[in-house]
Amino acid sequence: MRSIIYLGIGVFFGIILFKSEAASWFRIYEMFQFKSFHMYGIIGSTVGIGIIVTQLIKKYAPKSFYGAPITITPKEKGFSRYILGGILFGLGWALAGACPGPIFALLGAGYFPIIIVLISSILGTFLYGIVKNKLPH
Amino acid sequence: MNWIYNPWPWYLSGPLMALVLTILLMIGKRFGMSSNLKTICTICGAGKVSSFFRFDWKSQQWNLIVVLGVVIGGFIAANFLSTDNTVHINPEVIYDLQSKGFTTAGEMYMPDLLFSNEVFTQPKELLLLIIGGFLVGFGARYAGGCTSGHAISGLSNLQIPSLIAVIGFFIGGLTMVHIIFPLIF
Repeated sequence: MRSIIYLGIGVFFGIILFKSEAASWFRIYEMFQFKSFHMYGIIGSTVGIGIIVTQLIKKYAPKSFYGAPITITPKEKGFSRYILGGILFGLGWALAGACPGPIFALLGAGYFPIIIVLISSILGTFLYGIVKNKLPH
Repeated sequence: MNWIYNPWPWYLSGPLMALVLTILLMIGKRFGMSSNLKTICTICGAGKVSSFFRFDWKSQQWNLIVVLGVVIGGFIAANFLSTDNTVHINPEVIYDLQSKGFTTAGEMYMPDLLFSNEVFTQPKELLLLIIGGFLVGFGARYAGGCTSGHAISGLSNLQIPSLIAVIGFFIGGLTMVHIIFPLIF
């Protein structure tokens, strides 16, 4: 039953990613050129509503639909890993025009070269796991 | 109901994405796509070479199911919910991209230059996709999250680390588009 819910959420999210054009390489390029409000509108309204929802949940601490308390563990404090990792991610995001969510949506949409991006992103994740201890965090 | 077949405006898409975030929070989960890449490494046996990958991947099975759904969602949206996949970007951007060799800018969903099936036989474009994907995977794990985990989930939780990561995303993205693109395209 829960698996069906997870699958349903994914299908819904995949449809939104494609239909909003957030999965389009062109929209990402246009965003980094500051030539359209579209992507900023999507991210801004998602985060705007997201802040309200997250704060309400934290304040009133409701239990999840399954009865367990909702705990939101904050990310560890730090600077280097977030800025350096962020920059590397941003370089890749602009080049491939896709972040991890859209990679999967584009795979379903039939843009097969995205498989190259997916496999190399898995390899990138793997390499991070290998060299992790040598990097500033 | 014709609006469904048109591109969805930001003021519909944004709130719907916030709804996805809300549902995930309400079922006790965190929104984050890139951690699936780590889970895939673990399933493939990466735990043998790094303790980073040693965790019970079954605890992340739910997220793999979400991502399977995203693939199906992309298929449904592209094949059954769209009559015309053209992305109408700013004409100035179309002009700029065409001068860089992206001849299908303003006519398609994805640029032919990087995402047509001919790419599999074009070493330069193939290499660019490999580098792009590699940086996405490496950077997301180094930063501890991607657009969904940091920009959406993290900023919604008013986390400073996520704000730093998002600033990094933009430094990287702007560098790529404004400094590196003129060198490679």
